Amino acid sequence: MNMEVAHTREEDKDLLKVAGEIDAYTAPELREALVPLTEKEGNLVVVDLENVDYIDSTGLGIFIGALKSAHNYNGDLKIIGLNERVHRLFSITGLDEVIDIGEEREEAK
Amino acid sequence: MTQATDYIEVKLPAKADYVSIARLTVSGIANRMGWGYDDIEDMKVAVAEACTNVVDHAYEQGGSMVLGCHVRSDAIEVSVTDEGQHFDMERLAEEKGPVSGTKPVAELKEGGLGLFLIDTLMDEVEIRGETGVAIVMRKFFQRDGVEENVDAAGPINKQEQ
Repeated sequence: MNMEVAHTREEDKDLLKVAGEIDAYTAPELREALVPLTEKEGNLVVVDLENVDYIDSTGLGIFIGALKSAHNYNGDLKIIGLNERVHRLFSITGLDEVIDIGEEREEAK
Repeated sequence: MTQATDYIEVKLPAKADYVSIARLTVSGIANRMGWGYDDIEDMKVAVAEACTNVVDHAYEQGGSMVLGCHVRSDAIEVSVTDEGQHFDMERLAEEKGPVSGTKPVAELKEGGLGLFLIDTLMDEVEIRGETGVAIVMRKFFQRDGVEENVDAAGPINKQEQ
């Protein structure tokens, strides 16, 4: 019932790979890892949710906060690798219209 | 004819640490009842949202939350109850809604999605405010099954002959 966050700095962006479950318990750790990256001027932050199999509104709220922060610093936030379930929650809440979300991950796997 | 109803209750500390226990309890019961994967995932989110509301709003200093599950022949009924201060659920309910794609990003709110998700993912939701707050939610085996229309004999009867 845990979450792991791995950060790598790539040439032109920060990549955050998240694995596990994002809920009220684990969300603070995600916020701590994510928000400072969005506070670098003009930075692109990419969050890979490929190994996330559960998210709820607490986690979605973190991404809203991170997006706002990124825009404040003239940067951007992109989320990739969402599985069908996670993608569904982004769609239901309308977040897929305000956050750049990469293609749903390939079905074949 | 009375419906066969089993009832399961779990009392947990109102802390974020235990929200996943509530989620997994409901998942286990729903699985036992024969619900499918997507419905169970919906319930897990809805229950977690209700518990997170309690964790965030019900108590100034620690308290507990009670998860109740009624196993019915036509539905699962899940309640999440607290004994905390009567937080303004109506105001929370007014704020609920999806994110608007037309709003400037700076105006987006980080909260307010929880109740909206419960409403969207479950078939019926009631909010009762007695001592604390109870959120009662139901999911019917037949998605269009509002209570009045459900035959006591169960979901199979609703199939067209």
